[in-house]
Amino acid sequence: MTDLINISFGAAALTALLGYLVVFFGLVLLMVVVMIMGKIMVAQAAKAKTAAPAAAAEPAAPAPEAPAAPGSAGELKLYDTDPKDAAMIMAIVADTLGKPINELRFISIKEVKEDEV
Amino acid sequence: MDILGTLQKLAMESGFAAFFVTDGGWKNLIMIIFAFVLLYLGIVKKFEPLLLCGIAFGCLLTNLSYFIGMGENALYHPELWEAFLDEASPYYHSYGHVMSNAGLLDFFYIGVKAGIYPSLIFLGVGAMTDFGPLLANPKSLLLGAAAQLGVFVAFLGAVALGFTGPEAASIGIIGGADGPTAIYLTTKLAPQLLGPIAIAAYSYMALIPLIQPPLMKLCTTKEMREVKMEQTREVSKTEKIVFPIVVATFVILLLPSTAPLVGCLMLGNLFRECGVTDRLSDTAQNALMNIVTIFLATSVGATMVAQNFLTGNTIKIIILGLCAFAISTIGGLLIGVVMYYASGKKINPLIGSAGVSAVPMAARVSQDVGRKYNKANFLLMHAMGPNVAGVIGSAIAAGFLLSVFGG
Repeated sequence: MTDLINISFGAAALTALLGYLVVFFGLVLLMVVVMIMGKIMVAQAAKAKTAAPAAAAEPAAPAPEAPAAPGSAGELKLYDTDPKDAAMIMAIVADTLGKPINELRFISIKEVKEDEV
Repeated sequence: MDILGTLQKLAMESGFAAFFVTDGGWKNLIMIIFAFVLLYLGIVKKFEPLLLCGIAFGCLLTNLSYFIGMGENALYHPELWEAFLDEASPYYHSYGHVMSNAGLLDFFYIGVKAGIYPSLIFLGVGAMTDFGPLLANPKSLLLGAAAQLGVFVAFLGAVALGFTGPEAASIGIIGGADGPTAIYLTTKLAPQLLGPIAIAAYSYMALIPLIQPPLMKLCTTKEMREVKMEQTREVSKTEKIVFPIVVATFVILLLPSTAPLVGCLMLGNLFRECGVTDRLSDTAQNALMNIVTIFLATSVGATMVAQNFLTGNTIKIIILGLCAFAISTIGGLLIGVVMYYASGKKINPLIGSAGVSAVPMAARVSQDVGRKYNKANFLLMHAMGPNVAGVIGSAIAAGFLLSVFGG
């Protein structure tokens, strides 16, 4: 006990090294456990996914997937605009026009400052 | 009735007189000014205000009411707690003695001494934490481990500066950047240092946005900081429910001394994720957390008695604490750099600095610095992985130090 209270620098260095290794050991083991757990869960989810369409296909053929609207991909340039604000603006525009958002093409969004109006 | 005599007695018993007539009364005055500074930092500068306001006011109350030789009206009595810890005292580990002589803040402090408040805070932290990013990228745990480097380097530094082993361990844990863990370990190992250690831990946590960015720049190149990380996989509900059970089982079996902290952290998380205890999760996150924060902060502040706080050791602790924070950040960043190369430049090493706990402040710093170098970069969720791994890492580090020095 006295040794630990008035610990020498050498013993402290050894304790520090051991402590750091224990932290690593604990977390690396935990990482392995989490990885294994994740793999099992992902495999189960994939299994469930493949089983579900097979079951769904029996009563009726699945409806053909709607073709993607042209112009739904590409780069959108933002000037002084937060991506969240941009997403909101695009949703409002689509709603106001009554068109699905993937049929619209947004090229750029720029915040107009009050002194620019 | 001797009016003059009564007035004289009242005057001599007042705190104003005590500043000048009691042994070291002037030190109380300094501590009162220090409490005002802490209140200013908490209220105006918003440095961890939920905790700093309580700590500062606890410090103020203690130093207004406790003077050496005039302890009958004190809210907190350091001598009661010294007797409680003194193996030679007839009142060793006697809560009865404490309670029969206690002031209000002594009663509050029993919750700290018994390790109740830090564990309950961990319950709330668990209920507030989403471990999804960690589950999506378990390698984050390596960053959480690496960022405990400062704990052990500061421990070593404290030993070199003449602190005892248990004191050095308590000082080192500041590098874990986790307030409740620091308070828990210090109460167990070196309760006489609780005030300065708590102040150092919470002050540096508040200063993370100032401490970390220069170190992040120092340890990484521009090319590294610009790396845009891919979106992590979606984590299923089942994984999130199983995780706290697995961690509690695994970590407590590995290091039983971590049981109060890790047990409560994972119980809180289970309340959050299991989907059938929403009311408990809500209480743990809000009402319970707030109530415990009030008691924890004021009682920690109460331990800042002038005679214990105004020593050379406090200055050493403040300096060692800063070193611990900085070295922990560097530890996380260096493993981040290793992972950057090991992953074929797919991991942005800036997320390594989030390995110090300080949830979610450290992760936000990674996000902000990352976006500064690449506007399309969103590191927040990637940094949350190491950030919550840091919480587990600091609990393991504390558990190790408690096993070694706890007797």
